[in-house]
Amino acid sequence: MSALATRPSPGLFARLGLMRPDLAIRAALAHLVLIVGALFVLLPFVWMLLTSIRKPEAVFTAGFNPIPDEFHGVENYSHALSQSPLLQFMGNGVIVCAAILALQLIFALPAAYALAKLNFRARPLVFALVLLGLTVPQQVTALPIYMGLAGIGMLDTYFALMLPFSLSVFAIFLFRQFFKSFPDEIIQAARLDGFTEFEILIRIMVPSARPAIAAFAVFSITSHWNDLYWPLVVTTSPEHATPPLGMMIFRDQETGSNYGALMAGATIITAPLVIAFLIAQRQFVRGITMTGVK
Amino acid sequence: MAVLAAPGAVPIRRLSSQSRVEAFTGQMFALPALLLIVGLLLVPILVVAVLGFSDYQLGAIEWSWIGLGNYERMLDDPVFWRSIGNTFLYVAVVVPGSVLSALVVAILVNDRKHFKSVYQIIYFLPVTTTLIAMSVVWHFVLNPQLGPIAGLLRALGLPPVDLFGDLDLVLIALSLIGIWQLVGFNMVLFLAGLTAIPRDLYDAAAIDGADHPWDRFARVTWPMLGPTTVFVVVTTTITAFRVFDTVAVITRGGPIGRSEVMLYAIYLEGFQYFEIGYASALTIVFLVVVVALAVLQAFFLDRKVHY
Repeated sequence: MSALATRPSPGLFARLGLMRPDLAIRAALAHLVLIVGALFVLLPFVWMLLTSIRKPEAVFTAGFNPIPDEFHGVENYSHALSQSPLLQFMGNGVIVCAAILALQLIFALPAAYALAKLNFRARPLVFALVLLGLTVPQQVTALPIYMGLAGIGMLDTYFALMLPFSLSVFAIFLFRQFFKSFPDEIIQAARLDGFTEFEILIRIMVPSARPAIAAFAVFSITSHWNDLYWPLVVTTSPEHATPPLGMMIFRDQETGSNYGALMAGATIITAPLVIAFLIAQRQFVRGITMTGVK
Repeated sequence: MAVLAAPGAVPIRRLSSQSRVEAFTGQMFALPALLLIVGLLLVPILVVAVLGFSDYQLGAIEWSWIGLGNYERMLDDPVFWRSIGNTFLYVAVVVPGSVLSALVVAILVNDRKHFKSVYQIIYFLPVTTTLIAMSVVWHFVLNPQLGPIAGLLRALGLPPVDLFGDLDLVLIALSLIGIWQLVGFNMVLFLAGLTAIPRDLYDAAAIDGADHPWDRFARVTWPMLGPTTVFVVVTTTITAFRVFDTVAVITRGGPIGRSEVMLYAIYLEGFQYFEIGYASALTIVFLVVVVALAVLQAFFLDRKVHY
């Protein structure tokens, strides 16, 4: 986050001195507006956490008494974990996200290198297809891929959850842009040293792309950890449910009876990404907003 | 480059063998990706387009080509029109709402000396969290009996409002969640745009007498943020058009169809009623809208919008 922060404005305000009362009022007003906005942003998080440690009976009077009198967190969280296989949903999420990311990198990196640095006849065509692919949302191809998976009896498997995302045209586009700016001289020198193209890719290009790979990894993991549409379409049993789908299953089980456990479940499911974001803010912001370049 | 770098003249034969190697490896490296593009993108799109002219239902033994039948059916389908209308209404609230509030937040945050990164972290938080889980939370927060908002209203002596059950307010409530989720994302884009504005411009404007914050905004910030703003608007529009999660979790299109949106209609027709033919035609309509927006985006991307 700090990379995004600009240097403190040294302009006119500072030169005139911050102690001028109108400026102090202005700053106070700005903080006021930002704090009100921040309260709106934080409201569901705070309410989720408070409810997750509240006694079930106290939920009905919580409007009058927001801070729980008694800590009931242990019961709620253990209820959430025992009522529904939340940990299994999260495990599924890890498996699916890791596999998707690995496949995306395996397919995209060589293709991106080829598009950026190697001359071959089909290059303009492949690049045009990549650009075209950037505009197509996953929901457009969902029906035929679903039918294909149904045809070969592969619905409700990890394979089905990964298949449509095994190729990311966005990854190809991103890495191609990154490789494009890599100096040709180094590649030529490597060739003269007897490196094969494969060695150049693995030992020179991929290590050089580490920042882009990290940013893409954040983007890929957050989008697939949070994706609901495709898991909802292909998964029918809780056995392969990813976290968002698991959340829906859990919610439908609880149907209004135990909000404490429900909020504990929501906390457990959102925690991994929120913690990761708090630890690596800069990488997260970079990775997620990268989609804007798309 | 190689010619310059190599000592003396490089034999022609060597260059051409290099280019043959390049052509070969280039194809080999691109081939797996190309096959997947064809298999997972091109063929499925073609299949959707073709199925859109059929009355195929999943598992049906008999089906036939019905030409533009599905598209004619759409014209008479109230669900289709409702989903289009609702989606556009949602977009019409979420885009200005999230873009304007993000602009205000970005400008205010950018000028702060204290707590700057705290604000950035807070506003960005919803972008990273699982929207499904947070939709369940929002549903609870806005619950007319149990939520804190209801409690607040009661404390003020006002009647509780069932936002998700109200025919007129349900889309507004969903839009509010959409805005909540997008503000941080747009804020980051605006902050990047603000950072790129040269400080001299503000000093120059100050010499011209533009000292008041509003003058600074109107004369320098706003014009300089133009490209960023256009870009943020288009990106947000594309995202808002794909609203699905909150509808699927909270309202399921209700009450009485007031929150049916395009993707939810496609999902129901395709994967709940298995009306593959009709769902395909709906998908094509959706694709046309999204591609039109993407073309618009690419057009603005060419105009040196960078961060």
